[in-house]
Amino acid sequence: MTEAPTAPPKLGAPIVVANDVHVEYRTHASGKALANGGSLFKRQKGIRVVHALKGVSFEVREGESIGVIGHNGSGKSTLMRTIAGLTTATQGAVYASSRPALLGVNAALIPDLSGEKNVLLGALAMGHSKAAAEEQYEDIVEFSGLSEFIDLPMKTYSSGMQARLRFSIAVSRDHQILLVDEALAVGDKAFRDKSEQRIRDLREQAGTVFLVSHSMRSILDTCTRVLWIDHGNLKMDGDPKKVVKAYQASAKK
Amino acid sequence: MRLRARARYRGGRRVTDTDYEKLATDAGLERVGARAPLGAYLKELWERRHFAYTLARFRIQATMSENRLGLGWIVIRPIFTAIIFGTIFGVIMSSESRPDNFVPFLVVGVFIFEFFSKSFSAGAKSITSNASLVRSLNFPRMLLPIAAVIQQVFELVPIIAVMTLIIVGFGEPITWAWLLVPVILALMTMFNLGIALISARLTVHLRDVTQIIPLLTRILFYSSGIFYSLEQVLKDKPPWLLKLVELNPIHDFITLVRAQMVTGNEASPLMWWVVIGSSLSMLIIGVIFFWRAEERYGRD
Repeated sequence: MTEAPTAPPKLGAPIVVANDVHVEYRTHASGKALANGGSLFKRQKGIRVVHALKGVSFEVREGESIGVIGHNGSGKSTLMRTIAGLTTATQGAVYASSRPALLGVNAALIPDLSGEKNVLLGALAMGHSKAAAEEQYEDIVEFSGLSEFIDLPMKTYSSGMQARLRFSIAVSRDHQILLVDEALAVGDKAFRDKSEQRIRDLREQAGTVFLVSHSMRSILDTCTRVLWIDHGNLKMDGDPKKVVKAYQASAKK
Repeated sequence: MRLRARARYRGGRRVTDTDYEKLATDAGLERVGARAPLGAYLKELWERRHFAYTLARFRIQATMSENRLGLGWIVIRPIFTAIIFGTIFGVIMSSESRPDNFVPFLVVGVFIFEFFSKSFSAGAKSITSNASLVRSLNFPRMLLPIAAVIQQVFELVPIIAVMTLIIVGFGEPITWAWLLVPVILALMTMFNLGIALISARLTVHLRDVTQIIPLLTRILFYSSGIFYSLEQVLKDKPPWLLKLVELNPIHDFITLVRAQMVTGNEASPLMWWVVIGSSLSMLIIGVIFFWRAEERYGRD
């Protein structure tokens, strides 16, 4: 339990504010829970509520780039999805100056369609006009470095290739707030360098970046502040070096 | 401002005395993921209409390339259904209720019903089967059921072409009344979209809905007079029974198309009212019902 470090100087206006965010998922328990209850009503009772976030609050100001760390299943990805507005908080709320864009590692957008079609659809879904989407197409494919494979269905891509394509689609638009959920971890060295550069560029355009990563190196390289999420709680919030050190110390125990 | 300096930790949990709510309001921030008012939502839908249209087009292309017969299946499926029912009820169990011009009668029934049933099932799956899309990108979720129905409309084009060929092949004259068919199908598209929106939301709440849909579809198939004429069957029954049948919009869509294209079929004025009324009300109910749960679709 350490004291949070004082805020670094010259910070802008609040960009993202999370106020007591709780997220509960209702999942169907399987295995034992199901085998025990044969009847329809028992099975309904098999629904388990998973409390993924248990009251997370913080505020992020213009120009900050936030690292988010924590062990698997701690609620990092849920937090990212909630900030992006893809999952709604069960209690509390997230406020932002503009709609944040999330780059996650979940499955391909539409696995049956080719990379080319996914690029176009992704660009259209993000709000590009038809003309803009076609115009952006070349840039997106070039950034992804996948032009050789762009005609193949996305389900044939490796997870690294899928992540590269998704990342390239998402950064084709300037986002004021960008959430990167381990999307960089799967790329190769060259692509990772290119993406980290792109994230730094975005940040310079007064953008705010959240980076979820298990690589402490990339957290320390790109972030000015770190949030440590532990079992759905915000355990620590502050200077990257301090938080990473405390996190690593707890992981060794 | 040194807000974070005030944070304390208690029991492994960070507690602060900062009023985040006020901080957000003062900075003029908006709640993320908040459902837009209906007007703004519809405007956003319109701005992103190319997404729905493109998704529908790509989906058709994908199914076309997967199957050897590709686009052919769109037409072959209803033709086979028509052949099966034609053989059973037209030849084997031939009865009085068998209407005149049986083949055109049956083909119109099966083909038009297919448009409804496919929109119904595709609409129901439109959110749950696109979970990864819903979880990774922000867009009005209504675009997904809309895309599903647009896909059915695209597929309707070859279906109607083949239907027309069969009808003409069996000697039905081409008349001016045929011009009313696109109007009926446009109304039916609105009706189907409303149904697709309602079933899309219900499926998100309760996955069991996908199990019920084939049953509902079957009930509607048998009660809409696809391979027999309800008007002939109910000829000697009390007239209110026929009125009840005419309140079934799907029966009315089919009968109205038959009335334009197949000689010997007539539609009552009541059917037009039912069709217009149900199309408008289903669409409005569907849009509002779906929109109200907009924030839920990413969570389940």
